[in-house]
Amino acid sequence: MGRTIEVTINGLLYRHDVEPRLLLVHYLRDVIGLTGTHIGCETSLCGACTVLFNGAAVKSCTLFAVQADGAEITTIEGLAENGQLHPIQEGFWMKHGLQCGYCTPGMILAAHQLLSRSPDPSEEEIRRGIEGNLCRCTGYQHIIEAIRYAAEKIRVTREGGARSK
Amino acid sequence: MIPTAFEYFRPANLSEALALLEQYKDEAKLLAGGHSLIPLMKLRLAQPQYVIDLGGVKELSYIRESGEHLLIGAMTRHVDVETSEMLRQRCPLLAETAHRIGDVQVRNMGTIGGSLAHADPAADYPAAILALGAELRAVSTKGERWIRAEDFFVDMLTTALQPGEILVEVKVPALGPRTGTAYVKVAQKASGFALCGVAVVLAVDPNGVCQDVAVGITGIAPKAYRARAVEEALRGRALDASVIANASAKATEGIDPLEDLHASAEYRAHLARVWCRRAIEQARESV
Ligand SMILES: Cc1cc2nc3c(=O)[nH]c(=O)nc-3n(C[C@H](O)[C@H](O)[C@H](O)COP(=O)(O)OP(=O)(O)OC[C@H]3O[C@@H](n4cnc5c(N)ncnc54)[C@H](O)[C@@H]3O)c2cc1C
Ligand code: FES
Ligand code: FES
Repeated sequence: MGRTIEVTINGLLYRHDVEPRLLLVHYLRDVIGLTGTHIGCETSLCGACTVLFNGAAVKSCTLFAVQADGAEITTIEGLAENGQLHPIQEGFWMKHGLQCGYCTPGMILAAHQLLSRSPDPSEEEIRRGIEGNLCRCTGYQHIIEAIRYAAEKIRVTREGGARSK
Repeated sequence: MIPTAFEYFRPANLSEALALLEQYKDEAKLLAGGHSLIPLMKLRLAQPQYVIDLGGVKELSYIRESGEHLLIGAMTRHVDVETSEMLRQRCPLLAETAHRIGDVQVRNMGTIGGSLAHADPAADYPAAILALGAELRAVSTKGERWIRAEDFFVDMLTTALQPGEILVEVKVPALGPRTGTAYVKVAQKASGFALCGVAVVLAVDPNGVCQDVAVGITGIAPKAYRARAVEEALRGRALDASVIANASAKATEGIDPLEDLHASAEYRAHLARVWCRRAIEQARESV
């Protein structure tokens, strides 16, 4: 009982026959081979599996791959451009936003969602924005600083770009 | 954590969805945001043979004004209710309630229709829907009917929806004059679900006397309920501290609070009383 789906993942169009019960996270990891999206709890609680689904952060362990037919998905592998880290990735690196790194891809995509909706978030807004993501290592403080770094970097880059035009 | 196999349909409109539901009846499950259904399917507590995904039924996703009411399509995501300027202005209680649901990923997927149809005893919307005196429109191949919020919630995870019916619309009154509202919540730490959630709609006259009030409470009992005893103790009285305290003490009158690993019945009853008081105070401040 396969079903053909067409999904754009990190800008590339894929077409596959999938079983309807295949979870999106298993599709990304096992069929496409993008293992940057992690599975932490498999019970919709930890956020390690977070990806962008038509721009919105979702827990890919709580969607079927068939629901993604026609959708655009961004995973952690799709953030860097031309070998250059995305400002949020850079923030996690500069501010030690990770230790074991297990939660990091999901954290970064949740942060991506946050910054796309509120480019200059307060600490309170950052904490709320990553409410759906658990980290067993960092104690969150460095993650918050990483996201603040990224917000600042994106702002400066945008203003720099505007000036040079 | 792999669900049992099922056949998947993605109807493009409501009539196709209704026809599929009519055809497969109890063997089928509607899939809205999937954030209650898919976890149950992964645990194999739900094993539908047919899944009818409403994700393609775009006509069920809207927020509209209709005179003194607001109409919200069943497939409207929590995030869209939370951020709707129209709701923030004209029905802030609903926007505030959506804002308090789960986390951002859950709000990006979950829908108001899915939450109400699922009738989780710890869901947030039911408290607000009861306090607002909302009406819910259900459609089947045979026609449509309106269900009052109070008649909608029947028991834990059970609603008045009949097999073959789809919940399509939620109708709530716009905020009236001299009316304040509040939704307050104690969340269970891991999931964000409500251990206790209290929604209040409160109308006062210029002297601060309560003219009308409705209180909806979720998380405490097998289904969300209207706290009638609290309402009666407020109506017609000036809302001073002792009146509010006295009324809030009745928050679980006639109710048998739930007991589970998150909270004892006694603790739940305590939460209901304390947060009922805070919700009334907050609603009074917001008039
Ligand atoms: C980690 C996590 C945390 C959460 N925290 C909260 C919280 O704090 N507060 C809260 O209130 N909720 C919470 N939820 C639940 C969430 O809000 C769900 O989205 C919601 O309860 C169900 O909506 P859905 O659109 O996802 O429905 P689905 O899961 O798709 O469907 C739920 C049920 O309703 C039926 N159904 C769906 N739509 C219709 C319709 N239009 N007509 C008839 N039947 C229909 C389905 O067949 C199914 O039986 C949480 C969920 C998760 C995973
Ligand atoms: S693996 Fe999806 S939320 Fe934990
Ligand atoms: S860095 Fe280890 S879980 Fe977050």
